[in-house]
Amino acid sequence: MRNVFTICGKELRAYFTSPVAYLLMGLFGLIFGFFFYSATAYFVMAGMRAQMSGQAQPMSVNDFVIAPLLGNASVVGLFLIPLISMRLFAEEKRSGTIELLMTSPISDWEIILGKWLGAMCMYLSILALSAVNVGVLFIWSKPDWRPILTGFLGLILQGGTVLAIGGFLSSLTKNQIIAGASTFTVCLLLWVLSWVSSYNEAPWAQAIAYCSILTHFEPFSKGIIDTKDLVYYASAIFLGLFLTARSLDSMRWRA
Amino acid sequence: MIKVEGLTKRYARHVAVRNISFEAGKGEIVGFLGKNGAGKTTTMRVLTCFLPPTEGKASIAGFDVVEQSLEVKKRIGYLPETPPVYPEMDVASYLTFVAKLKGIPAGEIAARVDEVCKRTSIDDRKRTLISKLSKGYRQRVGIAQAIIHNPPVLILDEPTSGLDPEQQREARQLIASLSGDHTIILSTHILSEVEQSCSKVVIIDKGSIVAVDSVANLHNRKKAAETVLIEVAGAESLEVKRRLEQVAGVASVASRESREGTVAFDVQSLEHYSLRPELARAVVQSGWNLTELRATGESLEEIFLELTKSEEPKPEGEVASK
Repeated sequence: MRNVFTICGKELRAYFTSPVAYLLMGLFGLIFGFFFYSATAYFVMAGMRAQMSGQAQPMSVNDFVIAPLLGNASVVGLFLIPLISMRLFAEEKRSGTIELLMTSPISDWEIILGKWLGAMCMYLSILALSAVNVGVLFIWSKPDWRPILTGFLGLILQGGTVLAIGGFLSSLTKNQIIAGASTFTVCLLLWVLSWVSSYNEAPWAQAIAYCSILTHFEPFSKGIIDTKDLVYYASAIFLGLFLTARSLDSMRWRA
Repeated sequence: MIKVEGLTKRYARHVAVRNISFEAGKGEIVGFLGKNGAGKTTTMRVLTCFLPPTEGKASIAGFDVVEQSLEVKKRIGYLPETPPVYPEMDVASYLTFVAKLKGIPAGEIAARVDEVCKRTSIDDRKRTLISKLSKGYRQRVGIAQAIIHNPPVLILDEPTSGLDPEQQREARQLIASLSGDHTIILSTHILSEVEQSCSKVVIIDKGSIVAVDSVANLHNRKKAAETVLIEVAGAESLEVKRRLEQVAGVASVASRESREGTVAFDVQSLEHYSLRPELARAVVQSGWNLTELRATGESLEEIFLELTKSEEPKPEGEVASK
């Protein structure tokens, strides 16, 4: 376990001693800030209009601001995460430092878990920026905190899944661009797979839609924790990490 | 300490190492000598558990590199051809990271880092980012990370490549100073390096071992017949040549490029003849000035070229796998 934290710490250091961490945080802050501003501005305008037309019914901040915001964060995440995961193994393979890791008395699993956790911490620090925005809402309104919590849980699980897949793709190549581009493609596909179910009712279409990452994120943003979704994310993360382990092992045999 | 038996490593298309066997005892420095692409790095990667052997066995301190890789990894320090450093780290934090990886207890890490920095003379660069270090310093950081956990076996892949002559000398001294506590395998294609720092030489060519011997024994191999360089001043080339050919035991005399006023020849002896006294006498008695007389053809370089020149791939290495 100590080795996992050693690797994890090294990964975090690599992100934060290079411009990568700050760039990603800045990009996310900018995009998410814009979404936040749009959502709240629209909410205020809609609220004033409702008051003027005499509707007494209170509007829910959760439904009108937070749920769509978390949905946006999830989509922005799909774009940003490949940028986090692409260097995980590709960089070490290119620079030769993978030889240091693989000839040290630690197991492949410790390397993989450490790297994945390091990338997760990086992702969490990006996500923390959005928590600041959402926190601001608590000053002037009384949103229900429970769907917010499940929403962030969903974002974390989704991030973990994409990072695991991205880590696997990164372990296949020495080239970070290839790792990033292929992860991005997979992310995009996982996102749009859910569209299949909207024009086709056949069982295979349902099965494909089930694989979509967004299908499983939506319940979380509404405050629903469904075992089905938990299982989906947990097995996707495990599959990603498992494939990474196979890929590292195959380096030994293919060379 | 290190034992390799019938090791073969086959890649998809070609055989990188075929059926090699050698041993290294405690405290020995073994030079792994071969041209580029001869299979040195592959052998080292097998020994460090980075690659599994296709056939054969290798063990370090009695632990098999395939079956007990974790135990082997604890006992080796490895410097790959390019030092495995992270440019964004400074020297001290990099070495601390490696120390943790190698399982050094947390309380001892700082002391170990200090010690290896002193040993490799990098303590003045501890807080420098590795990306700012020169090649020589990086190489030293690479050696420092290899010895940080004080492993009984050190495996150094071309530890002096890319260094300037001064740095090469320093690196060799450093390696020599390590030999007492560690068994060292170092690979190189520089012959003088092996002559200077190694007690044993393994010469490898096209994946096969062509010689395993001590440096002294390799020198003796050539002694049976010797080649002598002779340089004479104040004489006609043809005349001298004719005279030299008459000396007993001379097999052939070949003219060399000569400087102004002198003529030079390579004289090859028959077996078991020592030519130098006779040649000197012949020259002096003819009234010429002898300006140079020395035995050549004994450097490891010539032995190496000889051994690797005519060597055909050995047929028994090409066993079909399926």
